[in-house]
Amino acid sequence: MSSKASEFDLVISGVGGQGTILASDIIGRSAVLEGKGVRAAETHGMAQRGGSVVNHVRIGCELGSMIPLKGADCLLALEPVEALRYIEFLADDGVIIMNTESVYPVTVTTGKAPYPSVDSIVEKLKETHRVIAFNATEMAAEAGSRQAMNVVLVGAVSNFLPVKTETLLERVKEMVPPKTIDTNVKAFETGRSMVE
Amino acid sequence: MSTREYMLGNVAIARGIVEGGGKVISGYPGTPSSEIVDTLSAMKERDFYVEWSVNEKVAMEVAAGAAMTGVRSVVTMKHVGLNVAADPLMTLAYMGVKGGMIIIVADDPACHSSQNEQDTRKYSEFSLMPCLDPSTPQEAKDMIPYAFELSEKFEIPVIFRPTTRISHGKSEIELGTITDHKAEAKFEKDTSRWVMVPANAVIRHPHLLGIQEGIMEELENSPWNELTINENSKIGVIASGLASVYAKEAMEELGLEASFLKIGAYPVPEGLIKKMYEQCETVLVIEELEPIVEDRCKVIAKDIESPVKILGKTGGYVPRVSELNIDKCTKAMGEAFGIEVDVPEIAEPELELPPRPPALCAGCSHRATYHAMLKVFGKRAVFPSDIGCYTLGVQNGTVDTTLCMGGSITVASGIYDAGEKQPICCSIGDSTFFHTGINGLLNAVYNKSNITITILDNRITAMTGHQPNPGMGLTSTGEPTKEIDMELLCRGLGAEFVETVDPYDVKATEEVFKRAKDFEGPAVVITRQACVIHARRAGVRRVPFKVDTEKCIGCRMCVNLGCPAIEFDKETKKAHINAMCTGCGLCSATCKFDAIVEVQK
Ligand code: SF4
Ligand code: SF4
Repeated sequence: MSSKASEFDLVISGVGGQGTILASDIIGRSAVLEGKGVRAAETHGMAQRGGSVVNHVRIGCELGSMIPLKGADCLLALEPVEALRYIEFLADDGVIIMNTESVYPVTVTTGKAPYPSVDSIVEKLKETHRVIAFNATEMAAEAGSRQAMNVVLVGAVSNFLPVKTETLLERVKEMVPPKTIDTNVKAFETGRSMVE
Repeated sequence: MSTREYMLGNVAIARGIVEGGGKVISGYPGTPSSEIVDTLSAMKERDFYVEWSVNEKVAMEVAAGAAMTGVRSVVTMKHVGLNVAADPLMTLAYMGVKGGMIIIVADDPACHSSQNEQDTRKYSEFSLMPCLDPSTPQEAKDMIPYAFELSEKFEIPVIFRPTTRISHGKSEIELGTITDHKAEAKFEKDTSRWVMVPANAVIRHPHLLGIQEGIMEELENSPWNELTINENSKIGVIASGLASVYAKEAMEELGLEASFLKIGAYPVPEGLIKKMYEQCETVLVIEELEPIVEDRCKVIAKDIESPVKILGKTGGYVPRVSELNIDKCTKAMGEAFGIEVDVPEIAEPELELPPRPPALCAGCSHRATYHAMLKVFGKRAVFPSDIGCYTLGVQNGTVDTTLCMGGSITVASGIYDAGEKQPICCSIGDSTFFHTGINGLLNAVYNKSNITITILDNRITAMTGHQPNPGMGLTSTGEPTKEIDMELLCRGLGAEFVETVDPYDVKATEEVFKRAKDFEGPAVVITRQACVIHARRAGVRRVPFKVDTEKCIGCRMCVNLGCPAIEFDKETKKAHINAMCTGCGLCSATCKFDAIVEVQK
């Protein structure tokens, strides 16, 4: 259920340093190359030092970059807790694609706050939404580098985006460091195969 | 080649500066404004001069000097930076400029990375400089060449005010052509203009007031203001800048029939507002932060004795704090016009989510400095601090105050002057020290504050995205330059105790702090170690550490350092070091049981 102002609304959440900006850039640039208007908003500065970050990407949109509450078609979470934290943006019939590999915040490592079990997070989300959850970090490691986790998830979300897979894959090749192209292409493809 | 490119708002603004023929660009980094100068500095081919200045006042004066010679200039900063530059700003309005000058001030509603959420449009009212307020990154780019022309036409600087969502928003940008406007720098003497002694100032003030009408007329007809009259409706919406796109989307969602006025330039378009009053009985004003348009709207209605009802922040329809969004606009419209609005119901997640605040990076030398500081000065000491990455040390208990850039040494002095009995140790970063810390140290020496001043010198301006500063020996464009000797500088300011130490050397750092604490008078400790992110990019690799689980007794000493690389394993009740470790060695030095050792290669 995208709002009237946009064709497809995507929320990408994660932890500063995980590569949310690259993920949204691959998607945003691809959509522009296919002639669609794109509006995106990202987190910079303070929150980037390991804090919680969220990006909005609106494809086929001419207005503002902020997605209304319950307006997103898809929530792409690079970290389990960060899926739950931004769930309010997802439409009732929206889909969640999430990485099951946790990154503990300092509040957890220092014992100030508990971290809910990943299973309980997935169960909770499944009560209300379609959830596609898998360990993207491990899959990226198998493809050649844990850093390519964000690209695995871009591959998975490519099944839903109103953008051609080839366009996305071309952008991946263009935007990752040249030495890592093979790894990232593999990462993209394994991610893509996670959704039937 | 396509003329449409997907880019960050700040990159689009930088492009606008190039299209408009900017010749001298200065700035001081501050989120969300920093990428404008970063983008220009990184350009391989440049026919303009670009610099990171040491603070916003300096940057403003550099750009003003350039514009006095007839070339086009730009100065960039964030909203709080304009307070630092407010002194030259107010007089520059009297003096005016020859070449077009744009003062870019990025506002940050919702304090995404700021200590307050002030509204720069107030400075526009205050200084009588016109202000442009973009609603999209595209408009932001397009406004820049226009701003140069407007500035030259009225010989006054133009304030340009993007907000976080413009600066850090992305969209496809239709590129424009690059102007061939190439004014040569030529300073023409004119003391009545460039020397603001009282006799000249009293003439320039009426001049400044005198040009206001012309500016208003010019802006009223500019493309940045757009009025759409809806003949079938008696209600109207006025929205400014970014709020106008939220308002438009909310109207679409609601299917609301109303007249709509988008405002993108100040002073506000009085003629268009009056036209709207002719059609409407009720008008809702939507704008972020202060009720600037709303207040003007009320004055105009009163002046022409219009019976129109004006709603907005007054009456509580539109919030005065934080940023707006579509949902807030929809709600405001619903309440103001008595329409039933479907507010989505958001259920609180039942699982308790751990907070994820930003934290010092794994291996950040500030953590090491703070660790030693706390050990030597004790928990009851007073720790005034400043603005930068090191502010994140608040989680370590060594940041008790942060008022503004450069405010740590001065606040420390004030606490000492008040008669505080606990030891006082303040902290400030290298870039911040160059920004306005120097004055604070000078003052502390002159007025005999018995405090310790720690300069956390990580050789870069880290928080805003790793910009160079005078301590690095590099300019904004990466050219080698004189590297300022921090020790010599502090001695030059009169400090007698000045010592530099590597904070990774935990023992040595504690020793220096002990001596500084005992020293009578202001003592300066410079803790120098490169920012880990920057060091890593430069190729520095240290051997990571691991926990010897045989020796670890689970005392949590290392865990409490708050390094993101150290976790506590609840099952085994032992510490564990993850892949984020950068090998700084702080935890190893902290462990009393020698349980943390280097990973053998
Ligand atoms: S050595 Fe210890 S304190 Fe330093 S980065 Fe590694 S885990 Fe963190
Ligand atoms: S960016 Fe640099 S200075 Fe800032 S927290 Fe990380 S290591 Fe420390």
